[in-house]
Amino acid sequence: MIELDHVVKRYEGRPVVDDLSLTVPAGAFCVLLGPSGCGKSTTLRMMNRLVPFDAGTIRIAGDDVRVVPEEALRRRIGYAIQSIGLFPHWSVEDNIGTVPRLLNWPRVRIRDRVTELLELLRLDAEAYRHKYPHQLSGGEQQRIGVARALAADPELLLMDEPFGAVDPITRDALQSEIARIHAATKKTIVFVTHDIEEALRLASVIAILERGRLAQWGTPIDIVEHPVSQFVRDFVGGDGSGLKLLGLRRIAERMRPGETAAGDPISADASLRDALAAMTEHHTDRLPVVNTAGSRVGVITLADLVR
Amino acid sequence: MPRGDLIASPILWVGIFFVALLFGMPLLTPLFEWTFPGVTPPVFERGSFFSLWLSHAGLVLVASGAAAILGIALAIFVTRPAGRDFRPLVSTLAAVGQTFPPAAVLALAVPALGFGARPTIIALFLYGLLPIIENAIAGLDGVPPATREAARGMGLSSWQLLRDVDLPLAAPVILAGVRVSVTIAIGTATIGSTVGALTLGTPIFDGLAANKLPFVIQGAVLVALFAILTDMWFARLERWLQVPGTQPVV
Repeated sequence: MIELDHVVKRYEGRPVVDDLSLTVPAGAFCVLLGPSGCGKSTTLRMMNRLVPFDAGTIRIAGDDVRVVPEEALRRRIGYAIQSIGLFPHWSVEDNIGTVPRLLNWPRVRIRDRVTELLELLRLDAEAYRHKYPHQLSGGEQQRIGVARALAADPELLLMDEPFGAVDPITRDALQSEIARIHAATKKTIVFVTHDIEEALRLASVIAILERGRLAQWGTPIDIVEHPVSQFVRDFVGGDGSGLKLLGLRRIAERMRPGETAAGDPISADASLRDALAAMTEHHTDRLPVVNTAGSRVGVITLADLVR
Repeated sequence: MPRGDLIASPILWVGIFFVALLFGMPLLTPLFEWTFPGVTPPVFERGSFFSLWLSHAGLVLVASGAAAILGIALAIFVTRPAGRDFRPLVSTLAAVGQTFPPAAVLALAVPALGFGARPTIIALFLYGLLPIIENAIAGLDGVPPATREAARGMGLSSWQLLRDVDLPLAAPVILAGVRVSVTIAIGTATIGSTVGALTLGTPIFDGLAANKLPFVIQGAVLVALFAILTDMWFARLERWLQVPGTQPVV
């Protein structure tokens, strides 16, 4: 879907993206992860040509981004940023309809699309469509920012630390929303963050960048279990990585089917970390497990967590 | 605008007062006779106040209109990537225009352009350019970078960015500059009468020359009301252009 081939970006002679090659498969949720100044935002912004690059090639769905006219390129790529950048003089409806208007969609189609997106982001369409950005909370503004990025049904969504400026509770809710939207739409998403927890929670694949180079590429479990360098080990949290691994595995992978236990049940979809928390809270080493339909399917024990 | 709003606003009453004085000044003859005995005629009558005002307003309209068009165009140019290098030059030239007293511009322009409206328009134009350029640059600079970044990221062209984002968001600040410039121009236009332009300054300078205080008062009151009325009208326009959720530009 997106191929970066030996891409180089220099600022005043100093490379900030240094011979970077990676391929994001279609439908992936790819997180570009790294400390400040590692070149992750620059990499993202080269994909829609907001930042010109000095060498190499970037292809999106096979098209060289330097061949497609830049405005046409950007209209087929959703873009959401930390500072959101809603148009303060336009209503929610006009904000979300920005790209569809640029693409000359008929008015009725834009209106219906706005309704659909507000519902997708769990906002009451009739209550919100005529509001102005200053009437919204930070979390609501970022929802509108995401809706605006999705408006013209882009094949690719670029998100630059979109949830970096909201409070932890709102961030948690927004992360759930974007995970749900990704699962529902199967859009390719490239998401920049410096927050390892956020990356592990959302990514199907993570690219860790270190001074403009690819330090490691892999699934969240790969990266936590097999860090390839001290840099990656330090970045994914060294001593805390055991808990992170528990957070990445589902109870369904470790439970003992058929057995039963007393007490409050836990969902098979929850993580092993959730199981550990529940055991600690209820002073027990065995929890009954239920499936999504609510019927008991097995148990999980403390020993299963560390197996 | 709602009707009740208009009636409650002072703009209507100041407007009525101004129009009444503009046409009804001769009716005040007894008042001026009583206040300034011995001055004849007690009310300026070399031309009607309405025709003086028309000429005055025309001078301001032409000079300020040209200053607004050129000033805003220059501000747009120097805030685009292509014109960034010209920014210090434009600011300096505008500041120089402002430091020239309009009276000096008139004195210099008369030998070249002759007496009448033309030197007055040149002086008002040069004098009015700075506030417009400065405010327009400040307004365009003040557009939030995140908004412009998002706009570019969504695929707005440079022209669409200017038309749909930069200009609407900068409009209140740009307009505040035009407002200052026009209000100053209305007051300053009076000195055009010293080089033969017809303005509401004509009774003022005639009155000063002939030691007829009522003429000075009649001209000065009308100029002041005209300036106040215009200022109020601009304030209204600014509120109308205000971006939702922002404070008005003072």
